[in-house]
Amino acid sequence: MNRPAFIPSTLARTALLLAAFLSTGCNMVVLNPAGDVALQQRNIIFISTALMLLIIIPVIILIILFAWRYRSSNTEATYDPDFDHSTSLELIIWSAPLLIIIALGGLTWWSTHKLDPFRPLERISAGRPVDPAVRPLHIQVVSLDWKWLFIYPEQGIATVNELALPVDRPVRFDLTSTNMMNTFYAPTLAGMIYTMPGMRSTMHAVLNKPGDYKGFSGNYSGAGFSDMKFRLRGLANGDFDRWVAGVKGAALPLDQATYRRLVRPSEAVAPIHFRTVDADLFRRILERCVEPGTPCMSDVMRHDQAAASAGSRAEGHASMPQNGRAEGAIFKAPEDKGSGPNVTKPRGAPPGPEAPGDKRNRDMSMINPLAMPGTSGSARG
Amino acid sequence: MFDPALLKTIFGRLTFESFPIHEPILMVTFAVVALLGGGVVAAVTRFKLWGWLWREWFTSVDHKKIGIMYIILGVVMLLRGFADALMMRAQQAISFGANQGYLNAHHYDQLFTVHGTIMIFFVAIPLIVGLVNFVMPLQIGARDVAFPYLNNLSFWLTVAGALLTMVSLFVGEFARTGWLGYVPVGSLQNSPDTGVDYYLWSLQIAGVGTTLSAINMVTTIIKMRAPGMTMMKMPIFCWTALCSNTLAIAIFPILTGAFLMLLLDRYVGTNFFTNDLGGNPMMYWNLVWIWGHPEVYVLVLPVFGIYSEITSTFSGKRLFGYSSMVYATVVITILAYLVWLHHFFTMGSGASVNSFFGIATMVISIPTGAKIFNWLFTMYRGRIRFELPMRWVIAFMLTFVVGGMTGVLLAVPPADFVLHNSLFLVAHFHNVIIGGVVFGLFAGIDYWFPKAFGFKLDRFWGNVHFWGWTIGYWVAWTPIYIVGLMGATRRLRHFDDPAMQPYFIIAAIGALIILVGIIGFVMSIIVGIIRRDKLRDKTGDPWNGRTLEWSTSSPPPAYNFAFTPVVHELDSWYDMKSVGYERPTQGYRPIHMPRNTGAGVIVSFLALVMGFGMVWYIWWLAALGFAGIVVVTIGHSFNRNRDYYIPADEVERIETARFRLVAGEAA
Repeated sequence: MNRPAFIPSTLARTALLLAAFLSTGCNMVVLNPAGDVALQQRNIIFISTALMLLIIIPVIILIILFAWRYRSSNTEATYDPDFDHSTSLELIIWSAPLLIIIALGGLTWWSTHKLDPFRPLERISAGRPVDPAVRPLHIQVVSLDWKWLFIYPEQGIATVNELALPVDRPVRFDLTSTNMMNTFYAPTLAGMIYTMPGMRSTMHAVLNKPGDYKGFSGNYSGAGFSDMKFRLRGLANGDFDRWVAGVKGAALPLDQATYRRLVRPSEAVAPIHFRTVDADLFRRILERCVEPGTPCMSDVMRHDQAAASAGSRAEGHASMPQNGRAEGAIFKAPEDKGSGPNVTKPRGAPPGPEAPGDKRNRDMSMINPLAMPGTSGSARG
Repeated sequence: MFDPALLKTIFGRLTFESFPIHEPILMVTFAVVALLGGGVVAAVTRFKLWGWLWREWFTSVDHKKIGIMYIILGVVMLLRGFADALMMRAQQAISFGANQGYLNAHHYDQLFTVHGTIMIFFVAIPLIVGLVNFVMPLQIGARDVAFPYLNNLSFWLTVAGALLTMVSLFVGEFARTGWLGYVPVGSLQNSPDTGVDYYLWSLQIAGVGTTLSAINMVTTIIKMRAPGMTMMKMPIFCWTALCSNTLAIAIFPILTGAFLMLLLDRYVGTNFFTNDLGGNPMMYWNLVWIWGHPEVYVLVLPVFGIYSEITSTFSGKRLFGYSSMVYATVVITILAYLVWLHHFFTMGSGASVNSFFGIATMVISIPTGAKIFNWLFTMYRGRIRFELPMRWVIAFMLTFVVGGMTGVLLAVPPADFVLHNSLFLVAHFHNVIIGGVVFGLFAGIDYWFPKAFGFKLDRFWGNVHFWGWTIGYWVAWTPIYIVGLMGATRRLRHFDDPAMQPYFIIAAIGALIILVGIIGFVMSIIVGIIRRDKLRDKTGDPWNGRTLEWSTSSPPPAYNFAFTPVVHELDSWYDMKSVGYERPTQGYRPIHMPRNTGAGVIVSFLALVMGFGMVWYIWWLAALGFAGIVVVTIGHSFNRNRDYYIPADEVERIETARFRLVAGEAA
C-alpha cells in the first residue's frame, strides 16, 4: 500500500536537471553579459540565489528525510500523534527565514539604489571609475510599431533597428514610444526598461566588449512584436567614429515625410540609416505633436493652467484642438459599425504550389464548396 | 432587398466574415466539439435525463452539488486551456530561423491570451470555489451556505462568462493582448475588433459571480459555524478559505472598476487609458495588478489549507503550529495588498519605491516559509501513509520551494530588470501555480472525492495522474527557466537563436508528459466509476480523517448532519472518535432547508445574451438581455416559496439506512 519509492527518483531527476542546467552556462547571455550594469545585475542574481539556497537546500533535504523516515511502514520511528507545538521550534521556524530576508532586504535596498537606471554611472567596470571629463553619449530611443528608432542627437544621425555603442563609454538613453508599450532590452547591456507613449524613461548603461549582440522588445505589443529586434554593435572608439561617418553618408534624411512613412506599422524591418534628423523630433514624439498643427502636451498643460487661473476652464479647453480621439462604439451609426472579422484570415489569392508554406494556401473559405469535381475554377480568388 | 443599415441594426457587426471558416484548426475543433456536444445532448435526451438534470443539479442550491458543478466546469475548461498550451509549445518548438511555425501572429497571440485567461478565471477560480463550496460548510457543521440562491447564481454567472469565452472560438475572435487585457494593445484604436470586448464582457460577468460567491463564503464562515467552534477551533482549511475570500471581496471590485473604465473607453469614447487627451495606460496596469497580485493569494491560500488538512490526516497527527499557521495566513492576506508594483519595477518608479515593493514581496516569504516548516514538523514523528493526496503534498513541497526561491529572486529589483517579462518569469509563475495551486487542487480532489461520491478514485490511474503531472512539470518547465536565462522573453512566436531549440523541444515533450497526467486524471474518474463497488467507502471516513466532514455519510445527505455537531476541540471528529462518540439513533426533528430555484440559470443566460449583444454591437439584443435580468431579478424577489422541511421520519429513514450500511461493513 505505502510505497514511498518515488523519493529517490525525484532526487535523481533533480540532480540530472541541475547538471544539464550547469553544462549550458556558456550561452546564457543573462549570466554572461558584456555590459557592466548587466554584470552587476547578474552578480545580484548570484548573491540572492546563494543566500536563499542557505535555507532552501536544508528544507529540501528535511522534506525527503522526514517523508522517508516517518513512512508508516517504518515502525521503528517515533510516533507522537499529539506533538503539535514547540516554542523553540516555532522560534527557529520564524526567525530563520526572517534572518535571510533581512540580509536580502538590505542587499535589495542597496542594490536597487546603486543600479537605479536613472542614476548616472559611477564606473565603467569593476575598478574603473568614470572619467569626470567624459560626458555620457546621449541616445534617444523610440519604439515604433514594430521597430526601434535610435536618434543620436549629438551626431545628428538616426537609425532604425541598429544601435551602435562605443565600448567603455557611458551611455544615457532617453526612451519613449509612439503607440504601444514595449521594453527596451539588450540582455548583454543592461536590464530592460519600459518605453511608454507620452512618457519618458531614462537608463544609463555601458558596454565593455566589442561585438555583435541582439536587442529586442520584451513586452508584447501586437502583431509584429516577435520580429521587433535590433542589432546591437559594440564598437571600439575609432570604429564608432567611422560608423557615424558612414551613417552620415547614407542617402535618407529623417524628415517629416520620411518619419510619417516610418511610423506606419511594419514588421521585421531591416536596419535603416538616416544621415540627418530633426533635433526636436524626440521631444515632439514624446509630447505627441509630430503632426503639424497638433498641440504639444506641454502647450496644452500651459494653456489649461492659464485658463484655470483666468477662471474659465471650459472655454480654454474648447479652443485647443484635440488629437487622437476615437469615437465610442455606441455613438456609431449602424452602417459605421463595420464587421468583426476573424482577423486570422489570410488575404489575397492563394499562391498554390509556388509557395507551399504560404498561409493563404490554408484558407479553406477560398474553396468553393459548390464546384463539382472535375470542373475548373474550384477556387475563387 | 437587404438594406445595409437595417442589417447592421439587426446583426451589429456580425457578418459572414466573423466565422473562421478559413481556419482548418478551428473548423476541425468545431467539428469535434459539435460531435461531442451533440453526443452528450443525444445521450441526455435518450435517457430522459433533462428533467433530472434541471431539478437535481442546475437549479440546485445545495452547496455540495454546486461545488461539484464548479469542479466539473474547472476540469472541462482545464482541457481547453491545456489544448491551447500544447499548441503554443508546438509552435515554439518548431518556429526557429526560417521556419515560421504553423501559427500566424494573430492566432498565436489569441492563444496565449486565452490560455492565461481560461487557466486563471475559468480553471483555478472555479476549482478553488468548488472545493471551498463543497468542503467548508461540512467542516463547520453547517447545513448549507449563508445565501444558497446566491451560490447558485454565482456558479451560473461563472458558466456564462466561460461560455462567452468559448463562443469567441467560433464566432469572431478572442483578445490579442495578454491575459490581463493590457492597454495600449487593448485600446479601441489598437484592437478595434471583437477580441477585447469578448475578454471584458466574459470577465465582467464571471467576476460578478466570483465576488458574490466570496461574500457568501465569508458570511457562512463567520455566521454559521457549529456551536462550540470558536475561530481558533476552526479547521485550517476554513481559515484559509476565509482569508482568501476576504481578499477576493476587496480586490474583485477593483478589477471590475478597471474593466469598466476600459469598457467606457471602448464603447463611449472616454479617455481613461488612452495615449492622448490625458489618458494614461500605466494606470490600467496599476489597477489590474492591484487586483492581480492578491489574486495569486486568493488561489494559493485555500490550497495551503488543503495541504495542511492532508498532511495532518495522513501523518496521523495534529497539525504542527496551528496558531502560527493561522497567523501566517492572516499576515499573507494583509501583505498581499502591498506588493503589486513588483510586476513592473522596470516602468521607472524610483529606487525607493521599487525597494519598498521588493522588500514587501520578500517579507511574504517569511510566513510562507513558516508554513512549509509547519508541514514539515507535522510529518515529523508521524506515521505517514503515502496515499495519493499525500503524494501530491510531497511533490508540492519539493516543487514549490524552488518556485518560491525564484519568486523572491524576481522581487530583487536589479535582478528583475534582467528577468522581467522573460521566460524565466513565465517558468516561475508556472512553477508556483502548477506546483502550488494545481497540485493542491488535485490533492484536494483525490482527498474529498470519496466524500462527494462514496467511492475512491482508481489507484492505478491516480498514480498515472500524479506521475504524469510531477515529471511532466519538471521536464516542461526546467528548460523554460534555462531559455529565460539565455535571454528569451515571453509571448514570442518565433526565435532566431537555434541554440534554444532543444530546450523548447524538451519543454514540448514535458507538455506531452503532462498530457499523460491529464489522461490519467480523467481515467481515474472513469475507471473509478466503473469499479465503484470495489472502491466503495461505506463508513464515510475512508482516510481516518480529523475534521467534521468525515463524521457524516459519503455522499452526505442533503441536510449534511441530522444533528448539528457540538465542537469542543480542534480536529473535532478526531476528538469525537477518541472519546468514543456514538451517534444518536432517535429523536430526529424536521430539518429546514432552502428550496431549489431556476432564477440563477435564467439570469445567467440573460447575462450571456447581453454580453454577446454588447460584443457584437447588437444593441437591441443587449438591451433585451439587460431588461430581462432586471425583470427576472425583481420577479424572483417576490418568490416567497423558498424553503421546505425534510420531515423527521424521512431523516430517520435516511439515517437508519446509513447505520445499517456501516454495521454491515463492520460485521
